[in-house]
Amino acid sequence: MASEPIAGEELNLEFRLGLTPVRRVLRRVKERVIEAALFLAAAASVLVTLGIVGALVYESSTFFAHVSIIEFLTGTQWTPLTADARFGVLPLVSGTLVTTAVALAVAIPVGTICAVWLSEYASHRIREVVKPALELLTAVPTVVFGYFALLFVTPLLQRVIPNLPGFNMLSAGLVIGVMVIPYVTSLSEEAMRAVPLALREGAYALGATRIQVAWRVVFPAALSGISASYILTVSRALGETMIVAIAAGMQAKLTLNPTEPAATITAFIVQVSLGDLIHGSIGYQSIFAAGLVLLLMTLGLNILGFLIQRRYREAY
Amino acid sequence: MLAAAHPRRRRWLDAAFLLLGAALIVLSLGTLAALLLDLLRDGLSRLSLEFLTSFPSRKPDQAGVKSAIVGTCAVMFVTAVTALPLGVASGIYLEEYARKNWRTAIIEINIANLAGVPSIIWGLMALGLLVYALGLKRSILTAGLTLGLLVLPIVIVATREAIRAIPQGIREGAYALGASRWQTVRHHVLPYSMSGILTGAIIAMSRAIGETAPLITIGALTYIAFLPPSPVTPSPPFVSLSWLDSPFTVLPIQMFNWVSRPDPRFHANAAAAGVVLMSITLSMNALAILLRYRSRRVIRW
Repeated sequence: MASEPIAGEELNLEFRLGLTPVRRVLRRVKERVIEAALFLAAAASVLVTLGIVGALVYESSTFFAHVSIIEFLTGTQWTPLTADARFGVLPLVSGTLVTTAVALAVAIPVGTICAVWLSEYASHRIREVVKPALELLTAVPTVVFGYFALLFVTPLLQRVIPNLPGFNMLSAGLVIGVMVIPYVTSLSEEAMRAVPLALREGAYALGATRIQVAWRVVFPAALSGISASYILTVSRALGETMIVAIAAGMQAKLTLNPTEPAATITAFIVQVSLGDLIHGSIGYQSIFAAGLVLLLMTLGLNILGFLIQRRYREAY
Repeated sequence: MLAAAHPRRRRWLDAAFLLLGAALIVLSLGTLAALLLDLLRDGLSRLSLEFLTSFPSRKPDQAGVKSAIVGTCAVMFVTAVTALPLGVASGIYLEEYARKNWRTAIIEINIANLAGVPSIIWGLMALGLLVYALGLKRSILTAGLTLGLLVLPIVIVATREAIRAIPQGIREGAYALGASRWQTVRHHVLPYSMSGILTGAIIAMSRAIGETAPLITIGALTYIAFLPPSPVTPSPPFVSLSWLDSPFTVLPIQMFNWVSRPDPRFHANAAAAGVVLMSITLSMNALAILLRYRSRRVIRW
């Protein structure tokens, strides 16, 4: 927070600057107007949030006037666009969770090891090169990752798993995993480097090796920051859209097998948006209901992250 | 508690981890390299001046990305005009003006949460609010506003970090000479944090250029064989804003359209569009890295 000029001092200065009373008032009015304008800009982001929540809740509420919440949450079939429409969201949720789980199985171990390595093993010069290079992964548009998953990773996987279908959650999940590695690595590495040197020196003085210092001293000490990076990663993977829409298929299917094709919440929204949908139809409203589920999942994660940070924050 | 393994075993473990970490980093960067090479291998044969200056077509070897490039430029212009002033102003307010009270706390928590909202949700917001409630239709204006709001948190966070790096003494010096708060911000805080803000702005724009999902949701068309009306007109007032209402396509959507077709000849087009897209985002990111690196070397407080 900025230090501010003390009101009396400011007056005194204006007087000594030789400002005439009119200019003094003008100056004060100008300051007020600017401050108000800046405040409005900052407050606009709150309006945006209200807009997001409002749009989702409003459209979903008309959806839930037609579909019971019980059916929505427990139904195992999702066919909102067919004549015999069923509105059970579980297949979409399972698709979302499976791709996310595959992604995390890649990103958490790889990202964490890379972070420990960069923070505890790498020299300053290597770190300065590797970190920005890894962050370039976040500069790749997701549609390009989708292309890569469908036309490079899937054919590669098909050599190992012979009956793998052209669309499958495994390849999409793996590519999402690679995409989110930098989220784990950057934030975790920063958290670990913030651990004071004295802790490491203490451990070394007791005869610990570098790997022991890294995993038993630095890693636990930085756990609150590291878990924050994990939570961000999970929420990125849950909300990833283009990779799954391109590579995982668009058929809603209740399965936990990653080698099968299945639609995620996001892929379903894309599928519906690509068609010509009538404004106000049940299909149109269903994407808002699905989106609301996704928003609640990521919001829940954010709150969880906030609580973890608060509970386990180690201050040195 | 530290395990009392044999010293030789401990040293061996240490060396093994050193290798493992290096291998995983090489693997991650190798994946990025494989992606780039794959894209180049598939797309280079289609990449030509003709590809850049042709409209999309049903015939794969005549299709191009002209309307997509123009659409991307138009949408990015609106995005920048939306996100940059709003984001920088918010950042200034939160760092230089805001008092520690509940109003500020709400805004800060809100921005942190907005940064975590999946991009497709922004698309739903735009569909329900901008397209239908405000009646902006599926236009360049809607797309630009959507992406502008989506990257707003990035700009705000970057602005705040850049401003926070300026030592307090600079502000106190300005106040001591009788500068008002705005004068201090305008003549000292902003100029000194400009390179940091610029870096954030570039990162934000490069994120917006590659963003696909929210634009699909608001119904960007994939087959656009015309350009939006020109912003410059021959008769007074010489400037026309009718292009804002025009339907559009952008590079990532054109690429998505081609990659999701079964005919593999369109996949080459997708790869070529991907090469164009990647050269834009990668050079923007390189520029940002360069800027950050230079400002860190030049400025020493």
